[in-house]
Amino acid sequence: MGTLIIDDVSMRFELPNGGAVQALKNVSLELKKGELMSVLGPSGCGKTTLLNIVAGFLSPTEGKVILNEHDVIGPAAERGMVFQQGALFEWMNVRKNIAFGPDMAGKPAEETNAKVESLLQIVGLQDFADKMIYELSGGMQQRVALARCLANDPDVILMDEPLGALDALTREKMQGLVLKLWKETGKTIILITHSVEEALLLGERLLVMAPRPGRIHKEYQLPFAEMGVGKDLRLVKKEPQFGKVREEILSMIWDMEEEIMGRQEDAA
Amino acid sequence: MTVALIYVVLFVAAFAAYNFYVRSREQSKDYTSLKTVTFGDESAVTANRFASIVSVVALFAIWGAFTGSKLMPLHVPGPFVGDSAFTYTATKPGGETSDATVKIRVHKVGENVELPEPDPSTGFAKGDVAKIGAWRSGLVRAQVNDDGGGEDGYKVTAIDGKPIAPNQTVRFANGTVSMTPKGSLSVKPDSGWQMEPIWLPAPEAVVSRLGEIASEGYKNYTLWEHLWASLSRVLAGFALGSIVGIPLGYAMGLSSWFRGWFDPIVEFMRPVPPLALIPLVIIWFGIGEEGKVILLFLAALWIMTIAARAGVSGVNISKVHAAYSLGASKKQLLWRVIVPNSLPEIFTGARVAMGVCWGTVVAAELVAADRGAGMMIVNASKFQLTDIVIMGIILIGIIGYGIDILMRMAENYLVPWKGKG
Repeated sequence: MGTLIIDDVSMRFELPNGGAVQALKNVSLELKKGELMSVLGPSGCGKTTLLNIVAGFLSPTEGKVILNEHDVIGPAAERGMVFQQGALFEWMNVRKNIAFGPDMAGKPAEETNAKVESLLQIVGLQDFADKMIYELSGGMQQRVALARCLANDPDVILMDEPLGALDALTREKMQGLVLKLWKETGKTIILITHSVEEALLLGERLLVMAPRPGRIHKEYQLPFAEMGVGKDLRLVKKEPQFGKVREEILSMIWDMEEEIMGRQEDAA
Repeated sequence: MTVALIYVVLFVAAFAAYNFYVRSREQSKDYTSLKTVTFGDESAVTANRFASIVSVVALFAIWGAFTGSKLMPLHVPGPFVGDSAFTYTATKPGGETSDATVKIRVHKVGENVELPEPDPSTGFAKGDVAKIGAWRSGLVRAQVNDDGGGEDGYKVTAIDGKPIAPNQTVRFANGTVSMTPKGSLSVKPDSGWQMEPIWLPAPEAVVSRLGEIASEGYKNYTLWEHLWASLSRVLAGFALGSIVGIPLGYAMGLSSWFRGWFDPIVEFMRPVPPLALIPLVIIWFGIGEEGKVILLFLAALWIMTIAARAGVSGVNISKVHAAYSLGASKKQLLWRVIVPNSLPEIFTGARVAMGVCWGTVVAAELVAADRGAGMMIVNASKFQLTDIVIMGIILIGIIGYGIDILMRMAENYLVPWKGKG
């Protein structure tokens, strides 16, 4: 129960001019309950496509996604999603935003209120419960997004560059919060990021993807997420092994980018 | 031309005086005053409320000055009113000449005045008298009462010593005298720079007319009935347009079939000015209430449809994805996400639609109506009741402005998140 299986998923977009793009090719992986996996890769490697398939916003041209022993055929409350920004509802205050999922499911108001209060405590927004979304800073807005997702108690949380729009300091604080939430709630989390450091810090498993066609290039098992829980993340970054893996992955991605550039030049 | 020049002079003078006044006192220390770059920085430019007040006062001052308003101490010269006179020289065919005086009494139009007593004269030319209304001209047949005035070749040859012939004009003390081809004298006293009330009444005349129409009504209906007639047509047309247009816009934003079906209609009807539909609406529905409401319905419909469609199209796909991921059904998505998300666009559309409807209803009433603001002014214009026309235009402006302010207040209250997403 609770296992997420991505079974030989391929995705091919037909272009209007007759061509086609192979966004994903034969991607398979299995995520156990409570695993935290970060996904990294150069632009165009299909990581957002993969996340959209798991979320159920896209159906793959081949293969399937299985969660809780049934096929994923569309979006559902069992798979929560945290977006980069712009996904909160401006016409509601913080409390109503967080309560959106339970309200849609028609849960009793008392139960929902209690849950919202405890989530406000967890993400540190208890003093902002009645503020409107546009009155909050970017970091606070992402806290609301996390709380809103958790309020629905999903089995899997999908994060599409959730911290991408934040400044460096806020981002570091939020990385700590994501680790804390992961440990406290025991949720299965897939997190997409552009930042190698973030992928290392927020991934027990780290998936490096390669473009054209989008595929899994290499997978790492990393100790840093476990180390970072409740600690100063800067100490984790000072670990010698952290620096080593970071350099390895950076050069890997650089090579891929160079290859893409080279191919484009050849084509030209 | 003169008015424009005076207006520019007032503008420059007020600006200079204000700058002088601001420089002479201590500088305020708000944030904007500390900016060194203000020319080109849009955020440093706010409407100077002092200038706004002076602007309105200046408009009324010019209006008052050019209409001889009692509220205005300074006036431009008005038309000549009072007694004046000139002498004419008559010449007999034989060459003998004789002088006589023409006395003119210029009076305000509508006043009853006595004719002045003619001067006794010694020669064969006899004195004449005339009364002329201000801004008007009068014809004086100077030679008719002269001895021998009926003879062939008897004619007037000079005014105040200045020679005159048919089709020539000569100035006298308070105006001009022209000679008609038949030899009569057309006297035009100086009209001054002020506007005749029939062209532009004084502000107080407009205000007193407002009081009169407000208490006695105009053309069988009170002022409030006229204004409410226009306003209720707008409200009915706008309400119908919204009731049909908003759901239609949503459908066009949510379904390819609806969009495909209605796109040609909406895109074709949008650029057609509602005024161009007036003739057709009159042919189909007549000049009664029904036709006007249908016209305004059509004016509001396309605007509201396009606003609602834009509101749906403008929803960030992340919000839709988020709502579905949180377990929302299609119905919940529509009511909890799509509708609130489109409200800012719909309010923008509603403001435009109300403005267009207000303009259209006045135009439709100009064409044909038994009551309404537009009917009132077009009817008054036919009887040269310029004060009612001006009063009507001002009221139409105030109501249009009031509608916009109310819509903006409603918008701020109902969609405070507008532009902050």
